[in-house]
Amino acid sequence: MTTQKPAPQAASAALPQAATASLPHAPLTHDSAPLHVTGAARYIDDIPVPAGTLHLAFGLSTVARGVLTALDLDAVRAAPGVVAVLTAADLPFANDVSPSNHDEPLLATDRVHYVGQPLFAVVADSHLAARYAARLGKAAITTEAPVLTIQDALAANARFEDGPRIWTKGCVDTALSRAPHRVQGRIDMGGQEHFYLEGQAALALPQDNGDMVVQSSTQHPTEIQHKVAEALGLPMHAVRVEVRRMGGGFGGKESQGNALAVACAVAARLTGRACKMRYDRDDDMIVTGKRHDFRIDYDAGFDAQGRLTGVDFTHHTRCGWAMDLSLPVADRAMLHADNAYLLDACRITSHRLKTNTQSATAFRGFGGPQGVLGIERVMDHVAHVLGLDPVDVRRANYYAPMDTVAAALKATGGGGLSAPRPAAPPESISEKASGVDLAGRGAQVEADDRAAVQRDAVNTTPYGMAVTDFILDDLTARLLDSSDYAARRDRIAAWNAGNPLLKRGIGFSPVKFGISFTLTHLNQAGALVHVYQDGSVHLNHGGTEMGQGMFQKVAQVAAARFGIDAGAVKITATDTGKVPNTSATAASSGADLNGMAVAAACDTIRDRIAACLAELHQVAPDQVRFKDGRVRVAQDEMSFAQAAAVAYVNRVSLSATGFYRTPDLAWDRVKGQGRPFLYFAQGAAVTEVVIDTLTGENRILRCDILHDAGSSLNPALDLGQVEGAYVQGAGWLTTEELVWDDAGRLRTHAPSTYKIPACGDRPEVFNVALWDQPNPAETIYRSKAVGEPPFMHGISAFLALSHAVQACGPHWADLQAPATPEAVLSAIARARG
Amino acid sequence: MDITFLLNGETVTTQTSPTATLLDWLREGRGLRGTKEGCNEGDCGACTVMVTDDHGPRALNACILFMGQLSGKAVRTVEGIAAPDGTPHPVQTAMVDHHGSQCGFCTPGFVVSMATAHLNGRTDHDDQLAGNLCRCTGYAPIVRAAQAVAATPIPGWMHDTAPGGATPHAPTSADDLAAWYLDHPDGTLIAGATDVGLWVTKQFRDLGDVAFLHACTDLQQIDVTEGAIRFGAGVTMTRVLDAVADDYPSYADMIRRYGSVQVRNAATIGGNIANGSPIGDNPPALIALDAVLHLRRGDVVRDVALADYFLSYGRQSRQPGEFVIGVTIPRGCHDHRVYKLSKRFDQDISAVCGAFDVTVTDGTVTRARIAFGGMAGVPKRASAVESALIGRPWTDATVSAALPAFADDFQPLSDMRASAAYRLTTAQNMLRRYHADLSGQTVDVRKVRA
Repeated sequence: MTTQKPAPQAASAALPQAATASLPHAPLTHDSAPLHVTGAARYIDDIPVPAGTLHLAFGLSTVARGVLTALDLDAVRAAPGVVAVLTAADLPFANDVSPSNHDEPLLATDRVHYVGQPLFAVVADSHLAARYAARLGKAAITTEAPVLTIQDALAANARFEDGPRIWTKGCVDTALSRAPHRVQGRIDMGGQEHFYLEGQAALALPQDNGDMVVQSSTQHPTEIQHKVAEALGLPMHAVRVEVRRMGGGFGGKESQGNALAVACAVAARLTGRACKMRYDRDDDMIVTGKRHDFRIDYDAGFDAQGRLTGVDFTHHTRCGWAMDLSLPVADRAMLHADNAYLLDACRITSHRLKTNTQSATAFRGFGGPQGVLGIERVMDHVAHVLGLDPVDVRRANYYAPMDTVAAALKATGGGGLSAPRPAAPPESISEKASGVDLAGRGAQVEADDRAAVQRDAVNTTPYGMAVTDFILDDLTARLLDSSDYAARRDRIAAWNAGNPLLKRGIGFSPVKFGISFTLTHLNQAGALVHVYQDGSVHLNHGGTEMGQGMFQKVAQVAAARFGIDAGAVKITATDTGKVPNTSATAASSGADLNGMAVAAACDTIRDRIAACLAELHQVAPDQVRFKDGRVRVAQDEMSFAQAAAVAYVNRVSLSATGFYRTPDLAWDRVKGQGRPFLYFAQGAAVTEVVIDTLTGENRILRCDILHDAGSSLNPALDLGQVEGAYVQGAGWLTTEELVWDDAGRLRTHAPSTYKIPACGDRPEVFNVALWDQPNPAETIYRSKAVGEPPFMHGISAFLALSHAVQACGPHWADLQAPATPEAVLSAIARARG
Repeated sequence: MDITFLLNGETVTTQTSPTATLLDWLREGRGLRGTKEGCNEGDCGACTVMVTDDHGPRALNACILFMGQLSGKAVRTVEGIAAPDGTPHPVQTAMVDHHGSQCGFCTPGFVVSMATAHLNGRTDHDDQLAGNLCRCTGYAPIVRAAQAVAATPIPGWMHDTAPGGATPHAPTSADDLAAWYLDHPDGTLIAGATDVGLWVTKQFRDLGDVAFLHACTDLQQIDVTEGAIRFGAGVTMTRVLDAVADDYPSYADMIRRYGSVQVRNAATIGGNIANGSPIGDNPPALIALDAVLHLRRGDVVRDVALADYFLSYGRQSRQPGEFVIGVTIPRGCHDHRVYKLSKRFDQDISAVCGAFDVTVTDGTVTRARIAFGGMAGVPKRASAVESALIGRPWTDATVSAALPAFADDFQPLSDMRASAAYRLTTAQNMLRRYHADLSGQTVDVRKVRA
């Protein structure tokens, strides 16, 4: 591992365009940007369709729970433009769109489980005709009292898995009973609608011999392929799924696109015509899952410096009606219950509750933000009790820094990156293959617990993994300095003393986010690279482009391997026919996994070209150099195109696949033990806010972020991820409120009622910089994943609001999330007592 | 019916239903799929187009813009923002260079909003872009792009001239409209369609006989005299904002948060009042100004105090065939303030909207006009609160003593925007804010800087 720490450099938000495109770390623009700004970028609904294409819409349940006794669809069938109406009985094969658990019928059978559940599908000659007709169905449902809230679910013992999942480290009861100070509390945090600007959409195109091509706005083409194949009674090779780009995903298109793709494929099979479906925005919000809302109870013991001696967390996770990805989401919340803090004794109890609401699903951070907010609340509560600056309490609890741990592990002969663990044995999947979507994150496989799970002794997480790459001590010092934190905190106190109605607050939050899928076998990726005889490069991999710029980053990797300009690399749609068995583009893993797989494929071809040229020039292959678009062999030099042409005429294969599997992972999710992550991405944020004590209205005034992207593959795109994630994270905890009524109807099902941040909600002063330090783990060009980790910087906005609220009175204000104006006003009242 | 207009510089004539939306026509009928559908209700801006008519170029949401509103106008979509030879608009170049797009789905709407703002010389980027939602970027790079091109010359191809021409189903004067409405008292009047549009896109309502009001130019006048401002019913909220900015900056500031640029460019003051919504933001502001509403039925014109127009939820003092022709407000109420309270500052429907105008003579309250939206089934005056103030000294003690009267005036509801208790508390606190505001305290978090 790298032991010498380079001087970190802050990258500015305004980056000069690199002169050369060939570097893997160049701040190139998004590959589709010229198409975006002219309206030429095609999304599913923009793809030209064959004549006679039909359009689908679902008829939805208006009841949260009950027995479906009859469906009267006569009016639907008679409506203008309707070609067919499908119910569960019309489905030829599997009626299931769940990512793994077989508990999510495409169309309801005997029971309904939430308001918005699809009951039937209308197939019509236009989108409007289908939507219109879908409202004319009449469902006879014997209603039952729905289980809606966490309290309801606990009372009914409605849950996934038999009981709570519990992970422990040390003896928490003893630690708590002996603690010099102790505090208990609770924080409720709401869910979050993804509000990807492009709603869910799919297009099924029937092929020869019953095969199906599906265009889907999905983060998970292989899962779409698998579910469509099941629904059509076909092997996976008969279904090909393509996705060029999504208009945003954020986790909401990991499993939630299944229903549309399957419905279109089934309808296309039945009618022999192309079928398309896109949800109207209201339907999208009513039908699909959202971020899980959580309630976290805590009981913490600590010393006079605020150092935690023991903490007991109870997570209540509202999963909705079907399992979807809720178990790994709840797991990841537990995995981030420590965030950046070394906990000597802790217990994390996780209840996965089943309710008659939308099936909560993946959303950027995947439970991590909820777990992190839990312990950040504890830090604030401890600081309040002790009268300390919350930053000091946080730093007192940090993990030990990287260099210290490396030395300690060396002394004890412990693990860590310098001593890689033996890899897990190969996993046999053949006996488990029937009906299980192994590529789904909700998949239940036994392979993980066969891995050699070993507990480290030093600087360990609650799940027994040594934290060997902790850099938040230095990063925090730099951020507090660059943001002028201490002086501003003093100025805010003075300002508040002179302002009776408005109060300011400032908050600091760190993040340490584990990178890897916690379902270990998903940590693999494939790539397919072609070099044509003119030197142009065609690239496919398993990742999907949802706006994050991964295609460009991976193209830069390919360009760097061949020593050519990134413009010479063409990336086309992700296609299950080109790269099979893909994992979802999720868990921030896209560039990590696919970049490595692409590098492997490129190196194979480059080595073949080098071997060919070396033989022709009678030199060793390592004498062939690829750089600046040129290939140098001994004294000779040619363009990359000429080299490709030479290889071609010498009958060298210029096409290769590449494969990557993340090393060093071993994880037992039931015991909560092992090494689920390859490394941790880190960062910290300082936010300043102002609140109105009369109404609770609030504004973010300034935000400073220092984020660790390793040696960034593309600092411009990474800064964009950080800025966007912050605003999205702050939205989760401020204006974005999901409201269900007593009948289980979502009342905030359109942008008129559900408020994501608007332009004016971003911080007016917004200083974002990257902490430029190579990843000690052997990732692609030593970069770090950047999709999810910066989402948690939004927590600093919530902590700043808590600080402002706390300025209103001496009592614990106990601000709840989201901190809408109403929630802020309630907290002010509590602070005043 | 035939509708003729200019589309990206070329004349098009199309046969289509007058209540088909421009967005559907562009995408399905014309194959122009650059303009995106994000929400289909005018809240996200992904479908933003530029429409030029006699009032100049303006951004509008194509998803709730009816084809019947377009005759004789010029429409420019994202496909028409670059030059005919493909030269990009400076806004497009800047958006690429500043990494202003990620997923790209909102980008066409942003580009059109930015190019329109650029054409109109607007540099208040946060306000100009409040109607365009982006879920990826956090907006910062988009605003950097807008700032970078603010001083760049306007490309020549952006200047459209509306060809003009008659619109079917569109009376051309208040007289025509009065006659038509007498004949069709159950017909639907369509002004900006920011609400009626949703009846079609979300509720599939059959509008029956329709009359588009945009050709009634005599209903679009703003008459400013020494003592009053009279707005024709067809004046857009964008123009109302400009017209009240000097006299009533607090009202103007509220309008700046009313809908978005695209919505204010379409929505009319008459539509907002006639629609009778209990949560419309104009009525409380206008009631506190003692606004007078002008109604017409056939040849009969009558005036009614706006406060008396709203009878009960869904019911107004309006006869079949009668319609709003205008509203008049006095000038010179220097202490008029409007407070809009919502979860998000921009483009959000109010949980509570309070408007105040209290006259203090020699330290004593001599007149009080206080009105609220969101607190009852109609926009409503706080008569009990007013009574509790009048004749008393304008002090903290009087304000505090008046607070319980709010419960006499209002029994608000709980809904997804706010609880009843919160509404009542904040309505009371708005009176406290008003008192502090008049005494010169900083009461607006939006005025605070880091």
